[in-house]
Amino acid sequence: MLLPILFIFFSIAVLGFALLVVTTRNMFHAALFLVGALFGVAALYILLEAEFLAVVQILIYVGAIATLIVFAIMLSRNMMRRDIRAANDQWVEGAVAAVLLFALLVLVLSRASWPTVTAAAPPDAIPGIGKALVSDYVIPFEVASVLLLVGMVGAIIIARERE
Amino acid sequence: MHFVSDLFRNIGLWFHGWLSGLLPGWAVTLIEYVLGVLILLTGALVTVLLLIWVERKIISRLQDRIGPNRVGPWGLLQTVADALKLLTKEDIIPEGAEKVSFNLAPILVVFPTIMVLGVIPFSRGIIGADLNIGVLYIVALGSIGVMATLMAGWSSNNKYALLGGFRVVAQLLSYEVPMVLAMLSAVLLAGTMSMQGLVEAQGGGFLNIPYWRIFVIPLGFLIYFIAALAELERTPFDLLEAESEIVAGFFIEYSGMKFAWFFLASYINTILLGAIAATLFLGGWQGPFVEHVPVLGVFYFAGKTLLMTILIFWIRGTFPRLRIDQLMGLAWKILVPLALIVLLLVAIVIKLPVPPLARQAVLFVSNIILLLGALGYIGRHLRLTAERQKLGGRL
Amino acid sequence: MLSKYGFIGILAVVAFGFPVLGLVVAWLLSPKKPNPIKQSTYECGVETIGDTWVQFRAQYYLFALVFVVFDIETVFLYPWAVAYGQLGLFALVEAALFVLILFAGLVYAWRKGALEWQ
Repeated sequence: MLLPILFIFFSIAVLGFALLVVTTRNMFHAALFLVGALFGVAALYILLEAEFLAVVQILIYVGAIATLIVFAIMLSRNMMRRDIRAANDQWVEGAVAAVLLFALLVLVLSRASWPTVTAAAPPDAIPGIGKALVSDYVIPFEVASVLLLVGMVGAIIIARERE
Repeated sequence: MHFVSDLFRNIGLWFHGWLSGLLPGWAVTLIEYVLGVLILLTGALVTVLLLIWVERKIISRLQDRIGPNRVGPWGLLQTVADALKLLTKEDIIPEGAEKVSFNLAPILVVFPTIMVLGVIPFSRGIIGADLNIGVLYIVALGSIGVMATLMAGWSSNNKYALLGGFRVVAQLLSYEVPMVLAMLSAVLLAGTMSMQGLVEAQGGGFLNIPYWRIFVIPLGFLIYFIAALAELERTPFDLLEAESEIVAGFFIEYSGMKFAWFFLASYINTILLGAIAATLFLGGWQGPFVEHVPVLGVFYFAGKTLLMTILIFWIRGTFPRLRIDQLMGLAWKILVPLALIVLLLVAIVIKLPVPPLARQAVLFVSNIILLLGALGYIGRHLRLTAERQKLGGRL
Repeated sequence: MLSKYGFIGILAVVAFGFPVLGLVVAWLLSPKKPNPIKQSTYECGVETIGDTWVQFRAQYYLFALVFVVFDIETVFLYPWAVAYGQLGLFALVEAALFVLILFAGLVYAWRKGALEWQ
C-alpha cells in the first residue's frame, strides 16, 4: 500500500526534475535539477531493495559526475551568462528524433519477456556482488579500470596541451 | 541488576512492550522510529552546545586565557546565548544573489550531518538503522555537502565566495580518496560494511582490546584521521576559511540563522568524525567486560568519541596551517599512495596461513615500518627543498 | 530490509525539516531593515568590479577528473572487500591488478604534473 505511493511519488519527482533540466535557461540550475533527478533514482533503487546500487548512484553520480559537470560549466565562460537559450535552431529535428527513440523504446520494452523472480531479495546482497565481480564479471571489472585510466590520461593530455 | 547491566536497551524493550499493548504494530514502529530520530537529533544538538563550550575553554587554556565565564556557571550557557542571538539576527541576502540556491544551501549542509547520525552504533543493539552498506552510506552523504558548498559559493554573487567554494570542493574531493581507501582497509579486515559488524569484528582477545584496528593498521587509522580532518576543513586544513587571515570562504555572505547552520553542521561533523573513527578504528563500543555488562559499551563509545574530538581541538590550538600546494600534495602524493599500499598489505596478510594474532603482529609491524619510512622520506624531501630554495635565493 | 530504510526515510524528513524550521523561526523573530549598503556584495568596502562569474582555471577540472577515476574504482573495490574472506587467492591477484592499474594512473598524473597546484 505504502510502496506504490512512494514509487509514484519518486517517479514523478525524477521525471519532473528531468524536465526542468532540459527546460531551464540557467546551466547551473540545470546541474542542480540533474542532482535532484539522480537522487530520485537512488530512492527508486532502495524501493527495489538494491541498496548498493542506490548508494553507488549517489556516490558516483551526485558526488563525482555532477561535481564534474558543475566544474565544466564554471570553466566555460559563455555558459555562465545567466540566460542562455535552452533551444537552438535544430530543436524540431531534435524533438522528432526524441519522439522516435521513445516510441522505439516503448515498443521494445513492451515486447520483451521480463524474467520474474519470485524469491525475496537476500538480506545482504553485497558479498554476492563482490563474488560476481571477481568471477563471472572479472573481465568487465578489469576493463572498467583500464577504461577509467584511459579517460584520465586523455583529459590530462588535453588539459596540458592548452598551457 | 540485569535491568541495569543493559540499561538503555532494557528501557527500549520495556517501552516497546508497553506500547505494543496499546497500539497496532505499524503505529508502534512509527512512534518508535519518530522517537528514535528525535532522540538522535536532540542528543546531537545538546552535545554540540557542550562541545563548543569545551572547545572554547580548551583553546583559551592553550592560549593562556580564561575563555567564556560570564553566562551561567563556568560560562556553560555562553553557547545558548550565542545561538539565541543568531536566531534573532537580521538575515541579509546580498544584492544579485540567487535566492533559491542561497537559502537551500544552509539546509543542505545540515541535512547530511543529521542523516549520518542514523547509522552510528552507540552500543550492541543501539543504532538507528544498521544498514548493510553503512560505510558507503556515510561517504555518499558527504557528497551532498559538496553540492551544498558549490551552491553556497555560486549563489552568493561574491567573488570570494565563488573562489572559496571552488577551492573547498577541490580540497574535499582530494581528501575523500585517501579517506575512502583507509575505510576500505577496515572493511577488508572485518568483511562487512555494516557499522555494527565492523565493531563486532574488533571484539575478542584480552579485555576486548587487541583487535581494535588502531592496533592492527595504525597507519590506516592515521590516514583516515588526517583525511577526515581535511574533510572537516579544520586546522591545519582550514586555509580556505581561516577567520584570522582571510574572509570566511564560501559562506562569507551568510548571516544570522543561515550562518548558524553552517556552524552547526561543522560541529556535528566534528562529533561524527570522532564517532566514525571510534567505530572503524578504536573498537567502537568494545572494551573490557562489555560482553557481561553491555551498558558499559555506551560509555566506551562516548569516551572514545570525546577523546577524538578533544584531540581535534588540541590540534587546532597547536598546529600552523598548510599552504594550498602542500595541502593538495599531501593528499595525492603521500596519503593516496600510502593508503593503496596499506590496502594491498592487508589483502596479502589476510591470506597468509598463520594464526590471527600472528597476522595482526605482521600488519602492525609493517604499518609502523611504512609510517617511519614515509616520515623519513618526507623529512628528507622537505630538507632538500629548503636547501634548494636557499641556494636559489643566493643566486 | 525496507523497514530499516523506513527509519532512514523518517530521519530524512526530520533532517530536512529541522533546518527549515530554524530558518522559519529566525525569519519570524529577526528584524527586516534592508538597505542598499547593507546588501551590497562584501568585498572589504571596495566596490565590486566586473562580473562575479569569471572563468576558472582548467586545473580544478583536472583534480575533479582524477578524483572521479579514483572514486569509481574505490567503490568497485568495496563489494570485493566484503566478499574477500569467502574468496580464494585469485581474488587477491585480480584486485592487486586492479589497484596496480589505479596506481599506474596516479604515477602518470604525477609525472605529467597534473597533481601540482600552481
